[in-house]
Amino acid sequence: MLGKLTWAAIPFNQPIPLVTSIILVIGIVALLALITLKGWWPYLWKEWITSTDHKRLGVMYMVLGLVMLLRGFSDAIMMRAQLALAQGSAPGFLPPEHYDQIFSAHGTIMIFFVAMPFVIGLMNFAVPLQLGVRDVCFPVLNSVSFWLTAAGVLLVNVSLVVGEFAKTGWLAYPPLSELAYSPGVGVDYYLWSLQISGLGTLLTGINFTTTILKMRAPGMGYMRMPVFCWTALAANLLIVAAFPILTATFAMLLLDRYCGFHFFTPDLGGNPMMYINLIWCWGHPEVYILILPCFGVFSEVIATFSSKPLFGYHSMVVATMAICVLSFLVWLHHFFTMGASADVNAFFGIMTMIIAVPTGVKVFNWLFTMYGGSIRFTVPIYWALGFMVTFVLGGLTGVLLAVPPADFVLHNSLFLIAHFHNVIIGGVVFGVLAGYNYWFPKAFGFTLDETLGKAVFWCWFIGFYLAFMPLYALGIMGATRRMQHYADPSWQPYMIAAFCGAVVIFIGIGLMVVQLWWSIRTREQRRDLTGDPWNGRTLEWGTASPPPAWNYAVEPHVTGIDAFWAVKTKNKELHKVAETRYEAEHQPHYETIHMPKRSATGFISAFFAVFLGFGLIWHIWWLAIIAIIGCLAVLLRQAWDMDRDQLIDGAELEDFDRRHPSLGAQR
Amino acid sequence: MDPHGPIGRQEKLILIDSTAIMLAIVIPVIIATLVFAWWFRAGNSKAKRLLDWDYSGRIEFVVWAIPALVILFLGGIAWISSHDLDPPKPIASSVTPLDIDVVSLDWKWLFIYPDAGIASVNKLVLPVGTPVRFHMTSAGVMNSFFIPQLGSQLYTMAGMATRLNLLVDDPGTYRGLSAQFSGEGFSDMTFEVSALSRQDFEQWLDTTRTQGGTLDAAAYAALMRPSAKDPQHTYATVTAGIFDAILVHPGAAPTAAQIEHTESAD
Repeated sequence: MLGKLTWAAIPFNQPIPLVTSIILVIGIVALLALITLKGWWPYLWKEWITSTDHKRLGVMYMVLGLVMLLRGFSDAIMMRAQLALAQGSAPGFLPPEHYDQIFSAHGTIMIFFVAMPFVIGLMNFAVPLQLGVRDVCFPVLNSVSFWLTAAGVLLVNVSLVVGEFAKTGWLAYPPLSELAYSPGVGVDYYLWSLQISGLGTLLTGINFTTTILKMRAPGMGYMRMPVFCWTALAANLLIVAAFPILTATFAMLLLDRYCGFHFFTPDLGGNPMMYINLIWCWGHPEVYILILPCFGVFSEVIATFSSKPLFGYHSMVVATMAICVLSFLVWLHHFFTMGASADVNAFFGIMTMIIAVPTGVKVFNWLFTMYGGSIRFTVPIYWALGFMVTFVLGGLTGVLLAVPPADFVLHNSLFLIAHFHNVIIGGVVFGVLAGYNYWFPKAFGFTLDETLGKAVFWCWFIGFYLAFMPLYALGIMGATRRMQHYADPSWQPYMIAAFCGAVVIFIGIGLMVVQLWWSIRTREQRRDLTGDPWNGRTLEWGTASPPPAWNYAVEPHVTGIDAFWAVKTKNKELHKVAETRYEAEHQPHYETIHMPKRSATGFISAFFAVFLGFGLIWHIWWLAIIAIIGCLAVLLRQAWDMDRDQLIDGAELEDFDRRHPSLGAQR
Repeated sequence: MDPHGPIGRQEKLILIDSTAIMLAIVIPVIIATLVFAWWFRAGNSKAKRLLDWDYSGRIEFVVWAIPALVILFLGGIAWISSHDLDPPKPIASSVTPLDIDVVSLDWKWLFIYPDAGIASVNKLVLPVGTPVRFHMTSAGVMNSFFIPQLGSQLYTMAGMATRLNLLVDDPGTYRGLSAQFSGEGFSDMTFEVSALSRQDFEQWLDTTRTQGGTLDAAAYAALMRPSAKDPQHTYATVTAGIFDAILVHPGAAPTAAQIEHTESAD
């Protein structure tokens, strides 16, 4: 009846997971009880859970990412604590079978359920606003994407309480991840949660690619798009091209595990090398899916706070698209040590280095954007400067690892760990936090606290260097990744320093929560009534903060790059000449518009997807069958649902704009 | 980073050279970032503002050219060094190379000396100054054979053979390990590398021939059972053809008949 599921799946005999599980369960129950007691369900259901508004979905992605950051980070600090302790005969506090799950979960969660939701959340929020449109192409699909991601998140967290997680590392290389070597449900949790959330990501990619290609404000040609939209386009093209590879690769591993196939087994004609090639055909583009939108955020932030247009816009666009294409030609650098020929290794090494050219161009262009500017030192610019300093070091070690013989000694070492944390923390996390502080007032109508924001930055910045510079050193000394204990006593001081760095980052994350709480408490003093708190350049700053559901009552007409800046400049000039004439000529004409209705399709299909995943993981076939029928029924109902749109009367739009007088002046 | 062999030494040199070349750009960029940001701060009345300046063909040319030239240079290093230090490439030496077959198991290392007909678990004994040709495979999951002080690591994969050439210059004891996560006993999957003078090495071979049992199908099947922290031990004799049989029968221990069949097929 319950497949492989028995009471043995609950970790009664392991204190750490048990206590964590209990706290988790109590926390969730308390949260649900609070919502019920306060009577918030109708509001949450109508305004958030069934929302198809890209801004709301963006915010929900960010919340999801933040919650999972706490989870992923607690894994990280446990790993660092373990290694600070486990020298010589000291066992530390995490036995290998637990430690192995922790580092696998850390990698999986941080990439798929922290970095991806953060980046997709920023794109959801900002891209339609920057394009000057009212929503994405497929608003219901957008909600489906979000809820499928949330379903994956839920399954990963269920593995903490019921059963186990993979003990194979975050990419689950076979043969280790095959049934013969990993008979438990851990790898199945990994595979099904990523299959479900991966489908959501693919749908996001399709949605945003279509939106950017087909829905832009009148006059916004490709070469007038804000650079963030260009980087989002590149990232979503990569999603569309790369995520099917991931899904297919996992599908083959699932066939091996569930149906006795031999795609990746070492015997009977299987070939594990094929998995490693395929997973990196997805995996390398994946890192650019994460970093490119962050490059876009920095481009916006540096231009805005330097009070200057971005230097070398065309170069930036070319560089972005060059990285987009090149990212598919470098996957083999993840395994130079597999024994490919010198020609193959050298080719992929050089291709990897070539990516450093467009990336280097971007860094120089940001530098020259600042040159001659008038730089306001706000929180986003702190993140941008911290990024530029940190990222070039990560680039250096990345190019170093691209030299095959250098990789022969550094591969899989803590040097590699330090390298990719250098680019992912220094690039993606810094970028996301820059974007979060930058667009927060647009999303909620009040700014985040600057002092606390700067404290958060310094904690992350210093904590990063303290945590990862010792790992570079340890890697050079021959310390390998994923070890649970080590013999060399000279490594311990470095491990302790790295642990201290993790603690500093932890304080930074804590301060982030405090910053959010404090800013909400003092929101009345920090209201943004103009819609343009930073003297911004792109269209999103020309609508109210927070924007109405329809973003723009009247479609903006775009005449150049930095469309909103152009409007402001023009207004200033005209105001000097004849203040009233321009106003009279440009009295906007409000028409009735149609907007998507809210939809429960996303939530309900994800609800079934969770049970589908759970049934498949535990071999509870009846549950899986019911769940898949449920999923299909919901999607079919959606397909035949003709009542999807609602009309918003022009008078309502006019009324909204009248209540936000700043908008008229800007238009 | 204390190499005791030519491969490790060359790799260290490449690391240092490449780092130095890149630092020549990276350090000025970091300094320029901080200086530009500081000088052009909004409150600095001395800074000359160029608030509409967003393009300069000359600067664009230079910012594409600088990284391109560096990468051209480093790409040359990568191409040449990939060929020079290709793991299967024999090491030029007047000394006859020594062959060693390596099998990674859960979670220990088996080293077979085919010419001497002996084998050793978790201890690799090498003669100083002699090129060593490693011929490597895995009994099951993937591992990476790595002796940091000698240089290059290489994967061991079931059903496939990888080739690695190393040479040790100085007598001493070095640390060997698996650099590819392979499951529960991974952290203890280390081995001791003992580099001996030619004479001591011959003596070790002689002593080993008199100790321990035979590495045959049964002994290998016993060795293949997962275990961690196995003590070092040796086999006085090795059934001929066992390495090739392991190679062509991945995933399970080869039977005596399979070993014999592989041997006669050679």
